[in-house]
Amino acid sequence: MLRLDQVGKTYPNGVNALERFSATIKPGEIVAVIGGSGCGKSTLLRAIAGLDRASRGTITLDGDVITAPHPKIGIIFQEPRLLPWLSVADNVAFGLDGLSKQERTARVTQALSRVGLADKAGVWPRELSGGQAQRVAIARALVPRPEVLLLDEPFSALDAFTRRDLQDHLLDLWADSRPTLILVTHDVDEAVVLADRIVVMRPRPGRLFEEIPVFLSRPRDRASALFEDLKRRVLTALDQSLDRAVPDRQDQALTGEAMWW
Amino acid sequence: MTAVEMTLARAPTTDLPSQRRNRARHLRSLLLGLALPVGLGAAWELAVHLGWSDGRLVPPPSVIFATLWELARTGELWTHTRATVLRVAAGFALGVVAGTLVGAIAGYSSLSRHVLDPTLQALRAIPSIAWVPLFILWFGIFEASKVALIAVGVFFPVYLGVMGAILSVDRKIVEVGRAFRLSGPALVRRILLPAVLPSYIVSLRSGLGLGWMFVVAAELLGASEGLGYLLMDGQQLGKPAQIVAAIVAFAVIGKTTDWLIEVATVPLLRWQDAYGQQAGEA
Repeated sequence: MLRLDQVGKTYPNGVNALERFSATIKPGEIVAVIGGSGCGKSTLLRAIAGLDRASRGTITLDGDVITAPHPKIGIIFQEPRLLPWLSVADNVAFGLDGLSKQERTARVTQALSRVGLADKAGVWPRELSGGQAQRVAIARALVPRPEVLLLDEPFSALDAFTRRDLQDHLLDLWADSRPTLILVTHDVDEAVVLADRIVVMRPRPGRLFEEIPVFLSRPRDRASALFEDLKRRVLTALDQSLDRAVPDRQDQALTGEAMWW
Repeated sequence: MTAVEMTLARAPTTDLPSQRRNRARHLRSLLLGLALPVGLGAAWELAVHLGWSDGRLVPPPSVIFATLWELARTGELWTHTRATVLRVAAGFALGVVAGTLVGAIAGYSSLSRHVLDPTLQALRAIPSIAWVPLFILWFGIFEASKVALIAVGVFFPVYLGVMGAILSVDRKIVEVGRAFRLSGPALVRRILLPAVLPSYIVSLRSGLGLGWMFVVAAELLGASEGLGYLLMDGQQLGKPAQIVAAIVAFAVIGKTTDWLIEVATVPLLRWQDAYGQQAGEA
């Protein structure tokens, strides 16, 4: 169980990027964090990843306080960030220290075949397309079998077709071991397709505005009326989150309780 | 190469026709590189042959090669070349080790950088010749002072190259290492060192080039053997062909050692997605 309790972050330059963010995220839940620029989405994700330390509040995973990168937490960045001097296979194996050679090879082979890149094991990252590189990044993050996987706008740099393909693929991979996914995105469609719960944030300072549970079953039909209704609701919440006259709704929502089924 | 890379077979990326194309490209590049010196030499040879110049102060290639042949035949060329190469090798090794260590420390730790860098930058501005009297006093007139001078010459480009390369490593790549909880030494070994390798190799080549320059300074001022000594000997005895022959020897050996570094490091940089590779293929 991932718990965020009154998490806040003020940067050394005085910018208050995140304020009193609380949530409880159950194992296997997929949470999409959405909001305008400067609403603290990435700050929140980096604090959960342990890459930045929260200035206030606590983040705990199964009772462990997160102040630094944790072995049970993986992250996929906006860019693939593959190490150019390692082959694709070695990039995927990057986080597998401590395993036997056979185990590493087996996991890497399996991960690459799950992302459809078994034939690319020996090539350099420079030989991959953007979509392929992001698939390798996904494989690299999943292969240590994290309990929580953080995704920081992982598909935003890709074309619409590749993005949709990778969204579907991510759900397939998630179904293998059902880690908790926390996805930061600007894409409402992506949030509704993937998430069990959509967290809408608002800026200055970054804080929770509204939580929207997603009751659609999977696989989700992007053309269905229910899907469109939900998209509209998220878009309305996003619009309102930027309107200073509208108060935060976090107290009205089921804060900390995932709609789990 | 790690276990996984070795286990998972790398698909062949070069077939026979592309190997032939590579060879043809290398040959073309070699011929283009030789065109300028060979052309100039031939033109000067012709000019002297036609009597447009007496070739006394700037001897034509035939006289220079005859002098080189004579030096080689008597064994002098080998003796002097060997002495110079050994000095450069020792100075280069010392300079590289020191430059790499100090550069890595200054690059990795901002405190060390603030302490070390201003002083080292000031020392870098000192002309090589200025060190000679001091090194002779400190290390004597034999090999130690010459090797120390060459090491100083090699140290600075390597130090600057390593420090600058570490400082310019992509923060996002370093963050990948942090996200995977790499320890400090592991971060250096698995992220920083590979990331700085291309710049490091350039700094090694610059350092070696300066090593060859500094060996001349060292040998001009008190050596009984070495290519620098040959230069001085040629000047004192009025033998311009010997001077030019020594210069040619410097150029050939300097270029060869630089080429050796380049060739030795090519396999380490196969992963690079650089303009230079594309330009080489064009």
